[in-house]
Amino acid sequence: MSNTMNGARILLECLVREGVDVIFGYPGGVTLPLYDVIYDHEIRHVLVRHEENACFAASGYARATGKVGVACATSGPGATNLVTGLVDCMMDSIPVVALTGQVTSKLIGSDAFQEADTFGITRSATKHNYLVRDIKELADTVHEAFHIASTGRPGPVLIDITKDVLQGQAHYTPIHEIHLPGYKVVTDGHAGQIRRAAQMMWEAQRPYIYAGGGIIAAGAHNELRELTETLDAPAVCTLMGLGALPGSHPNFISMPGMHGSYASNMGMYECDLLIALGVRFDDRVTGRLASFAPHAKVIHVDIDPAEIGKNRTADLPIVGDAKKVLSKLVRVLKELEPEMAPARAQDRREWWKQVRTWMEEHPLEPVFSPDEIKPQHLMHEINRISDGKAIVSTDVGQHQMWAAQHIRFDEPRHWLSSGGLGSMGFGLPAAIGAQMAHPDKLVFCICGDGGFQMALPEVATLANQGLPVKVVIMNNGYLGMVRQWQDLFYQNRLSSVQIEAFPNIEMFAAAYGLRGRIVEKPSELAGALKEAVEHPGPFLLDVRVSNFENVYPMVPAGAAINEMVLAPPQPVPVPAQ
Amino acid sequence: MLMTISILMENKPGALMRVTGLLSQRGYNIESLTVARTLDPSLSRMTIVVDVESRQRAQVIKQMTRLVNVLQTTDLTEAPAVLREMVLVRVRATQENRTAILKEAEIFAARVVDSSVEGFALEATGDPEKLEEFIAVMETYGEIEVTRSGMVAVSLEAKKLRLAPPIPKTQPA
Repeated sequence: MSNTMNGARILLECLVREGVDVIFGYPGGVTLPLYDVIYDHEIRHVLVRHEENACFAASGYARATGKVGVACATSGPGATNLVTGLVDCMMDSIPVVALTGQVTSKLIGSDAFQEADTFGITRSATKHNYLVRDIKELADTVHEAFHIASTGRPGPVLIDITKDVLQGQAHYTPIHEIHLPGYKVVTDGHAGQIRRAAQMMWEAQRPYIYAGGGIIAAGAHNELRELTETLDAPAVCTLMGLGALPGSHPNFISMPGMHGSYASNMGMYECDLLIALGVRFDDRVTGRLASFAPHAKVIHVDIDPAEIGKNRTADLPIVGDAKKVLSKLVRVLKELEPEMAPARAQDRREWWKQVRTWMEEHPLEPVFSPDEIKPQHLMHEINRISDGKAIVSTDVGQHQMWAAQHIRFDEPRHWLSSGGLGSMGFGLPAAIGAQMAHPDKLVFCICGDGGFQMALPEVATLANQGLPVKVVIMNNGYLGMVRQWQDLFYQNRLSSVQIEAFPNIEMFAAAYGLRGRIVEKPSELAGALKEAVEHPGPFLLDVRVSNFENVYPMVPAGAAINEMVLAPPQPVPVPAQ
Repeated sequence: MLMTISILMENKPGALMRVTGLLSQRGYNIESLTVARTLDPSLSRMTIVVDVESRQRAQVIKQMTRLVNVLQTTDLTEAPAVLREMVLVRVRATQENRTAILKEAEIFAARVVDSSVEGFALEATGDPEKLEEFIAVMETYGEIEVTRSGMVAVSLEAKKLRLAPPIPKTQPA
């Protein structure tokens, strides 16, 4: 099959071959030829209200499905607006292909209208990027971009396409092969290393599994579960890894790190073997690196060789795809079990006893008050309604940490949070992307009163698409996490963190023809959430929570992971304004 | 410490930017960088000398290797390799010291590439230490102007170039 068509149509033909069913985007001058083809094309286009959110929505789609998300923007401001979303995908290893229009080839470099050096600007914001100035390169480029975005350590790839390429005519023949000679991905894992890892696991007295986003990216959740059960080791999942092991699994402790549970962090500190799977020893997990897991040998499995030894030296590195490596590991573990397991059985029982003691000493329990809604109470209620089944997206900050602490997920790809970059305004567009992918699922967007206002334009998209996302605003009147740090580390001098002039959400929702509700009393919370969930369309719920609640436990910046502050050090007086 | 890296990469727009950007985004200062086509005009060979904390050396190589356009990265800092640099020196010469300058140039195996009543332009190649000495000697004759090429290097060990095979593109299910 071959025929002549314009570049825009070639682009869409390639997207169809890549299995794309939806694009999140915003049109403009140089993408006119593309939008003319999209007009009556089978691929759906979701018109967002800001290009940054096109990238966040594509990211939400990708996080919820594992497929490549597609975002589209015009040249100049359209492209520069994508940058935050691209870096967000980069930090969290999310496969997104971003398509941007560029001014006509002949005008490049002339400071033409809406010209920006997208290729240069997005170099460090992407896993790889392209500038297509020749229509003959278009089809190969699109397939290369999808391959790079979705394989190895996933990430965002941007294709900048000049207007003359989009509207030029060329003979199109579907591509059967792409060539990326320098793009080498090791997936299998070294057999000898895997065997040694299995031996180390049986030899350990206090093994501890530290699983992250790499498990979810690789679809290795079943293998992780099998490994955890075979070894019967305690396991923690990072912020990016929540759902990799079911939240209800008896071996699942909680999330580790700055706001991780006491038991999670103590386990990290005291273990003698840290089994790090698809993680990158992020500073928010390790605390002071020199005191992180000081007694432990480290097995580090990751598909990205550059992650091995980046922050913490691995005693046993395995480069490979987590799904392949873990399934082999389980096989070797089972093979060695009869011979090796009994020797350590007593140590393991004591280790579990210790971990259980930590869990009982300082559990992550919801906090209730008869007078005001505690944020933990809100998360507890959402968790009750979700019952491990709902998709939950968040922004960054206090609400994100409480949600991560209190909401449990039965499966991966249900927790969509801006982890590495920590982008405010991520939650709502991500929820839109996820709901587009899963129209029948219950999708919560949990955000703060600060982040919600960064994502405000997308309420229009929600209304426009009629997506039944339940937006739950944890409204404490402050940029809570910044306020918490000002409280704890800057003598409570609350500088520019109070969010005043928050709109009346019932009137605001009504202005878009949507339902909204304000809830202030703890006794009304469950009913309000029920109303939101039962309502067939989008719902904006403004939950007024305590203003000055801080997230605990907390590992202060620069402290070791076992040096947690478990509760407010003292009652903190709030100075009158 | 100064680290010498040899990179074989696809000769594509932006490939150089990716390599230099990777270093600058980590705060490393590039001491010198040379790049030119190889026998295969679709490929370029780059030699970089960069100031890197010694414990970060392996990480830099891994990050370079990760770049899609990079086919091979070799750390030549301690490996058997020949490192060479070229320097062009313009030196003002008076009637009295012209002969002395030419004698010194001969000692360093430098070539005269231009001669005029004002002085000479000299070309010398060698390892950086030798060139430093040459420059220091020339400075004793008065004001000089120096342009250095930056380091080029060739590894003395054959390293097999491993390339990723073509990827078949099939219709998604």
